[in-house]
Amino acid sequence: MKQGRIVLDQQARRVTPLAAGKLLLDNGNPLADQPQWLAPVTGTVYGVALNHRSLLDKLEADFQQPPYQKAPATPVLFIKPRNTHAGHGSTIALPTQAGKVFAGGALGVVIGKVASKVEVEQALEVVAGYTVVNEISLEESSFYRPAVKAKCRDGFCPMGPWLVDAAALDPLNVEIRSYLNGQLAETNHSRDWLRSVPQLIAALSQFMTLQPGDLIIPATPLRQLEIRPGDTVAVEIDSIGRLENRLIAEESAQ
Amino acid sequence: MKHARIRLPGEAEIHAVLVNDDHSVQLADGRRLAEDAVEWLPPAEGTVFALGLNYADHAAELAFKAPTEPLVFLKSPATLTGHRQVSVRPDNLLYMHYECELVVIIGKTAKNVKREQAMDYVAGYSVCNDYAVRDYLENYYRPNLRVKNRDTLTPIGPWWVDRDEVANPASLTLRTWVNGELRQQGNTSDMVFDIPYLIEYLSSFMTLSPGDMIATGTPEGLADVVPGDEVIVEVEGVGRLVNHIVSEAQYAERQAQTV
Repeated sequence: MKQGRIVLDQQARRVTPLAAGKLLLDNGNPLADQPQWLAPVTGTVYGVALNHRSLLDKLEADFQQPPYQKAPATPVLFIKPRNTHAGHGSTIALPTQAGKVFAGGALGVVIGKVASKVEVEQALEVVAGYTVVNEISLEESSFYRPAVKAKCRDGFCPMGPWLVDAAALDPLNVEIRSYLNGQLAETNHSRDWLRSVPQLIAALSQFMTLQPGDLIIPATPLRQLEIRPGDTVAVEIDSIGRLENRLIAEESAQ
Repeated sequence: MKHARIRLPGEAEIHAVLVNDDHSVQLADGRRLAEDAVEWLPPAEGTVFALGLNYADHAAELAFKAPTEPLVFLKSPATLTGHRQVSVRPDNLLYMHYECELVVIIGKTAKNVKREQAMDYVAGYSVCNDYAVRDYLENYYRPNLRVKNRDTLTPIGPWWVDRDEVANPASLTLRTWVNGELRQQGNTSDMVFDIPYLIEYLSSFMTLSPGDMIATGTPEGLADVVPGDEVIVEVEGVGRLVNHIVSEAQYAERQAQTV
């Protein structure tokens, strides 16, 4: 089953898909217009950096040098706070004086149960379902300090439109396709991730209790899909859906 | 006024309360309950920012030069706990230390705020103990979540006080006691980046919202704490936050009892 969250009359409401792109409201009524979408979850969004082989291969030599000294021993985590959360179709303002901005087509793993110290073998039992995420970021020249300035700008974590049930997807075999202005620009596959979704759930829940509605972004590839004001960026995962957002310049957003 | 969020034993409902001078709390329905009769929760809900190396003396203590730009990291609700709760020291550690910090509570939406207007966006102040498990430090997004975002390791509260009740937030004494012994003492006047600077800085690239919290860093005087320790952090004119360290086994036992 698929469901999404929208705004109707200033209220957050649930919708499910009907045929031909039509939507069904949570009270059983059909929805005639395309709605304003919300992110499908409201919990904490945890991201995992440096979990994609394209990045690790490129940085392997750097990891032995200062300031890193050695490769990461545990998942490299960050948080996308609430000001970054946005829905499908939202317009995202990009800074024009802060260097390059990159899309980050990714899977979103949505937690369904309170999860503490979960074993790898049981980890998928705490997953409610999956969504599509675009983990937008400024270019990162270093991974030494938390990337708040690069990753925590308003609207830099669009998610959705759909949350699909856990059974709809095998998180060990996911292909994520990113499109720039309608053209396929990047493909990212779960086989290129250093740690799998079950391993990440186990590692995170070792020291943080995960709550229903929390979301984990297991990996983003090496940043090479630059996005600019005027572009439309889309991220698509088969059996979940397509997340599309338009980009504008920050100045014109005010 | 002092504002807090509490729960009554055995109940799920969260109450927003005012706190009296004797630390009893006043519920909306008129009930008045003693400090030890309620479960204290984190006093606000929002994004939690924390500052690293924001006191020059503490940076020197850790053998760092004070940063030229604020070292900001984020915390999730998973790590927060309230006044008079317990914090877990993981087994087989060399070093876990407390950090007494002044917390700024944001009161209105802030984007591109200049330092001259920054204090208009402050609702009030609270206190936190930003524990760190130094054994788990890695040089990626340092301080990493495994050090700074563990379950129970960020007590915050007991309440927040209105901004206008703190005459000068840039001149407050911070103190930490372990088992009654004064172990850490400093003053907010020694912050590298002061509160207006931090609000200007953060709001220059992201929107701050009511309930967001900025833990402004800690001065020198850190030391290891172990299960059984009572740790009290205090910010002058704001509040005094009590916490007890437990072992993993003790915590598991407590959890089993409350289920």
